[in-house]
Amino acid sequence: MAKATFRIWRGDAKGGRFEDYTTEVVPGMVVLDAIHEIQATQANDLAVRWNCKAGKCGSCSAEINGLPRLMCMTRLSQLSLDKPVTVEPMRSFPLIKDLATDLSWNFRLKGSIKPFKPRPPDAPDGTWRMDQADVDRVQEFRKCIECFLCQDVCHVLRDHQLFDEFIGPRFLVHAASLEMHPLDIEDRREELRKAQGIGYCNITKCCTKVCPEEIKITDNAIIPLKERVVDQFYDPLARLLRVFRGNRSG
Amino acid sequence: MAEYQTHEHEVLVIGAGGAGLRAAIEASALGAKVAVVCKSLLGKAHTVMAEGGIAAALANVDDRDNWKVHFADTMRGGQYLNNPRMAQLHAQEAPARVRELEAWGALFDRTPDGRILQRNFGGHKYPRLAHVGDRTGLEMIRTLQDHGIHRGIDFFMECTVLRLLKDGGRIAGAFAYDRERGFFHLFRAPAIVLATGGAGRAYQITSNSWEYTGDGLALAYEAGATLMDMEFVQFHPTGMVWPPSVRGILVTEGVRGEGGILLNKDGRRFLFDDIPENYRAQTADNEEEGWRYTQGDKNARRPPELLTRDHVARCIVREIREGRGSPHGGVFLDISWIKRKLPNAAEYIKRKLPSMYHQFKQLADIDITAEPMEVGPTTHYMMGGVRVNAETQMSDVPGLFAAGECAAGLHGANRLGGNSLSDLLVFGKRAGEYAARFAQQSRPATPDPEEVEAVARQALAPFESYSGDNPYQVQRELQEVMQNWVGIVRREEELHRALEALGRLKERAKRASVTGNREYNPGWHTALDLHSLLVVSEAIARSAIERKESRGAHFRDDYPSQDPAFGRVNVVVRKGADGTMQVTREPLPPMPAELQQIIEEMK
Ligand SMILES: Cc1cc2nc3c(=O)[nH]c(=O)nc-3n(C[C@H](O)[C@H](O)[C@H](O)COP(=O)(O)OP(=O)(O)OC[C@H]3O[C@@H](n4cnc5c(N)ncnc54)[C@H](O)[C@@H]3O)c2cc1C
Ligand code: SF4
Ligand code: SF4
Ligand code: FES
Repeated sequence: MAKATFRIWRGDAKGGRFEDYTTEVVPGMVVLDAIHEIQATQANDLAVRWNCKAGKCGSCSAEINGLPRLMCMTRLSQLSLDKPVTVEPMRSFPLIKDLATDLSWNFRLKGSIKPFKPRPPDAPDGTWRMDQADVDRVQEFRKCIECFLCQDVCHVLRDHQLFDEFIGPRFLVHAASLEMHPLDIEDRREELRKAQGIGYCNITKCCTKVCPEEIKITDNAIIPLKERVVDQFYDPLARLLRVFRGNRSG
Repeated sequence: MAEYQTHEHEVLVIGAGGAGLRAAIEASALGAKVAVVCKSLLGKAHTVMAEGGIAAALANVDDRDNWKVHFADTMRGGQYLNNPRMAQLHAQEAPARVRELEAWGALFDRTPDGRILQRNFGGHKYPRLAHVGDRTGLEMIRTLQDHGIHRGIDFFMECTVLRLLKDGGRIAGAFAYDRERGFFHLFRAPAIVLATGGAGRAYQITSNSWEYTGDGLALAYEAGATLMDMEFVQFHPTGMVWPPSVRGILVTEGVRGEGGILLNKDGRRFLFDDIPENYRAQTADNEEEGWRYTQGDKNARRPPELLTRDHVARCIVREIREGRGSPHGGVFLDISWIKRKLPNAAEYIKRKLPSMYHQFKQLADIDITAEPMEVGPTTHYMMGGVRVNAETQMSDVPGLFAAGECAAGLHGANRLGGNSLSDLLVFGKRAGEYAARFAQQSRPATPDPEEVEAVARQALAPFESYSGDNPYQVQRELQEVMQNWVGIVRREEELHRALEALGRLKERAKRASVTGNREYNPGWHTALDLHSLLVVSEAIARSAIERKESRGAHFRDDYPSQDPAFGRVNVVVRKGADGTMQVTREPLPPMPAELQQIIEEMK
């Protein structure tokens, strides 16, 4: 049976190194299967998060051959097995151990975004009426599985380390899902501009490229949010974009 | 002396799936100081994986639906072993719980007039499942999570409870370790809600994640609570079978709800060959009528693919055993055939079942809009669990509550699809409410410090065992034992063989060794989970021996028919004074006359 070598990051906050492990390849195998096999037979203490093994929970994020991906949705058949496959933790977050990183910043951040606030019910029985078309738009954002791969790849966080100034693409998607929710009547524009730093995003679209849920983060969430904020305040890039897009469609 | 951090709360919720989050929200709304602990990160519990929908008689799609029909469907599906009062409360309260989710921001798919859309599912007479494509669980858990984080609840993520602690007869707290750093925590609380989900990891082929080692059941059992209906393990008829690495991953029943059909290798819709007597009047007898049903024709009866899961799973096993299976040991599930009926079938399938489309495309190189899937049964759900009071969800131990999959009673011998998510909401809320009240009325309770010491010592023992087994190896062998001998088709001698094997594994589990240190060490976590897996597996096997008949999800080859005498009892499990597992039969709770009447009317 064919074999493959995995070069896995082992270590903790104090330091670490890559270690090579070789395991058998079975048909249909994904990277997470290989990690599990290695964990069960060669490295019982290899730290890794996972839950669903079907791309639904967003637990198994890692960098595979340098690309941020879900381990459970990365087939070995998509990778070249001639040389070792490198598997390392998301590099933008503090390391706990091996492939597990400290994601607590993300969870804290969410609590700082103003929660959903609906308009009064439409019907006497306390329910609302919504069109599927209006729901569709926000359902795209609500597909987010909180894998934080977009946060991992965004240069504002990864390279510039602006964790205190910028909430990152995941939470811009979250803000968009609230702002564009057909029932929501809260206004989040001021924080988006100030504390949440939407202006730091310069629309490189790296986040969109890695999103396993194929959410068009930049085009459908961030740019419309920037436009909303600009209606209230001034953001040069968003204004420019609006002119741009306006011209194209007009 | 073990080192640990101590935390004081009024209500401690163990588990952050739908049931735990709903309980925590309710308890905190009543003013209680609440903590939630969970093994994974927030939002990753099993609930996130639920696909098909939430059952609630909203009657948005078919106005003939109401709580009585939902109640009768649930009882019929459970072969009348359900707790009737729970089934009643569930059917009555589910619609309000679903609407509440909408008020908290959930966005369900819509009917043309803008209300919550509902879909067909096995065993439900009318289209009843509120849904969001095939990612309903994600919508539900995210809504509860996002609502919950603004309520002042303390969350302890990646924190696993090892033992419940008592003061005299009642609950006083829980002892836990944190996965990330390996530290210990002592939670002091007069009321605890168990919402720990299922135990699918006891089997080799399962739709369940690493978390589902039945911890809640074992914790309750050790604390003196009663477990019930443990012989009823749901094998979902449609898990993926190929390629090997995806074996067991769920294929939602929604595929069949949208018109998908099951075929054997000869292309025969074998479910038409065997329709159980008590469902005959409600089931289509030809393919055309079945199709019309899935398209919303109110005069049509449902296709046999939408019979209950226990039945469909057994028919699939029969086809495979008799040599009519698919190449990789399953049968075919085909939704692509609807292109013969619908003009833009491929688009329709992608819109209604987006994650199934994605899952097969990415993991199996199969385009479900063009070709059939290969499917076979996978361990899915635990009908059994902690026996609770129907109104309050309190177990036999004062202060210990249970809700969701880890509680027993609602589903009887077989759960209907969609009835779990509604269960979590209805009984999660109730558990939170009564736990808060209980806590607010009780005197402080104090855990025994010596017991705390003992638990901590035991938890660290695997680090001191140098020549014991690899915990993963023990887990694998346990899964093989359960898969082979306590699976879909059971026999007395095999069940006894399983018990003997479990006894040997118990000894090996005690000596399991782990390498490395306490920081994020999955080998250690696996070793600690073995205890729960062993308790639960033993309870399943012993209960399966006790029930000498076939009913619902429990099928005995040596007693293939139903026995009315067993239709009047639940099998219950308790820890005996000598530490061994005691199994007894207890009469079902009484059926109120008005509920009996509903059942008769709906037959
Ligand atoms: C793939 C799949 C699809 C499904 N689809 C549907 C569907 O369409 N409709 C439906 O009604 N049902 C469906 N189900 C069933 C349903 O999802 C589950 O039964 C339900 O989500 C269980 O919810 P819960 O709140 O009881 O527990 P879970 O969501 O399972 O959560 C359990 C929680 O307990 C925690 N926990 C466990 N042990 C410990 C411990 N020792 N210490 C601390 N924390 C602990 C876990 O970390 C987790 O947070 C599906 C299940 C699966 C697997
Ligand atoms: S588009 Fe914006 S949010 Fe996305 S990666 Fe680029 S800078 Fe970051
Ligand atoms: S937006 Fe996409 S990449 Fe970002 S967390 Fe959500 S699913 Fe992951
Ligand atoms: S394990 Fe859930 S997304 Fe990979």
